[in-house]
Amino acid sequence: MIRVAWLVARKDLRIEARSRVLLWQVVPFGAMALLLSGLALGPAHAGDSSAGPGLFYLVVLFVALLMINRSQVIESTPGTRASVATLGLDPAGVFLGKALALAIELWVTGLVLLAGTVLVLHTALHGAILALPSVLVTLAGLACAGTLYGALTAGGEGASTLLPVLCLPAFAPLLIAGERSFSAALGHGGLWEWWVIVLVALVAYGGVGILLYGVLEES
Amino acid sequence: MASDPLVHLVDAVVFTNGFPLLSGVDLDVAPSSLNVVTGANGAGKTSLLRLLAGLVALSSGEGTVCGIDLAKGDLRQLRRRVGWLGHEGSFYADLSVSENLRFCATALERPFDQIDLVLERVGLSARANTTTRQLSAGQRRRLGLAWLLLRRAELWLLDEPYASLDDQGREFFDDLLAEVTGAGATVVVSAHDPLRSARLRPRAIHLAGGRVQGDRR
Repeated sequence: MIRVAWLVARKDLRIEARSRVLLWQVVPFGAMALLLSGLALGPAHAGDSSAGPGLFYLVVLFVALLMINRSQVIESTPGTRASVATLGLDPAGVFLGKALALAIELWVTGLVLLAGTVLVLHTALHGAILALPSVLVTLAGLACAGTLYGALTAGGEGASTLLPVLCLPAFAPLLIAGERSFSAALGHGGLWEWWVIVLVALVAYGGVGILLYGVLEES
Repeated sequence: MASDPLVHLVDAVVFTNGFPLLSGVDLDVAPSSLNVVTGANGAGKTSLLRLLAGLVALSSGEGTVCGIDLAKGDLRQLRRRVGWLGHEGSFYADLSVSENLRFCATALERPFDQIDLVLERVGLSARANTTTRQLSAGQRRRLGLAWLLLRRAELWLLDEPYASLDDQGREFFDDLLAEVTGAGATVVVSAHDPLRSARLRPRAIHLAGGRVQGDRR
């Protein structure tokens, strides 16, 4: 399983490095969305950093949906899907590999957006640094849930529009806990209870993905 | 037949979204044989190949491929034993030729030194570092063949393999089919028309309406 996961993750990351969709499309989109969020706050709230975590995760939601869709499109050519299916790869390994690649891409984008939050939304730098571990874990959870739901919608009619509808309820606990955890790092409330929710969600989506990815692929 | 058939279908039916793709196929395919499935568009050629590859489920009837029951057996095991070449292209467009083959070799736990050999065999050595997206249709087809050679599958399932090949490519393809069947592999090819090759003497199976309507050995 680990061997297959590593193989699939390296393949997805290599494709990403070659196509540069993340660099030239997703990151600029996220940066613009963050900038527009800052403008929407208006000059009266420009120095109010309490909105930062919520806006950060709102933009993360947008870019995560783009990247999940992209992750599935790589596999969606009918010929590629059939050929790879005949390799008989362990589906749990495929899930882990795709989730790992997606998590790494989300981490890169998340770091850029976190820096943007400090610059554009005036979020305190020390708070953003304190929030970094919880951000990374939340993004890993989003990668697991997104890979699972991406497989559920892959190849179906209206997959790209169905994906956000299905993902939002699954993402909700992660986004809420991530935002609360980020706010706690900025000094607004307790930190650890939200950390627990993020970790439980990560383990739950990871476990369900390992168990069910093969069934979703077959269907 | 002298030996047990590699493919054995009895009244095989495949439904997708309530629509019958195959509506009662009876077919035996002998090991080490070359078989061409012909028929018009929508006759069920691709669906038959997908059934034999374990890529679609048998809705009713009976079937075994490589000794694996299509209704109750482990289709993942079957897929590891067949080689599939679709007409849409069978690899990752943003990876290079050699990266695609390395992915396949790693997945199948084959040594990398085989890659150079198969690239030479299909005439793509000079294109090893070219991104697959930049290959011509004929070169992509050759890459698909390299992928199959690397796999060393028991059963080769080739969906419209002659599409987009020039005369030289067709001749090369005929040579390869003769070579692999001679080496013991079984080949099932789908095509609109029977093979034009003067050298190959394949069995011709004609499909119409999801059923076998003609069988010339």
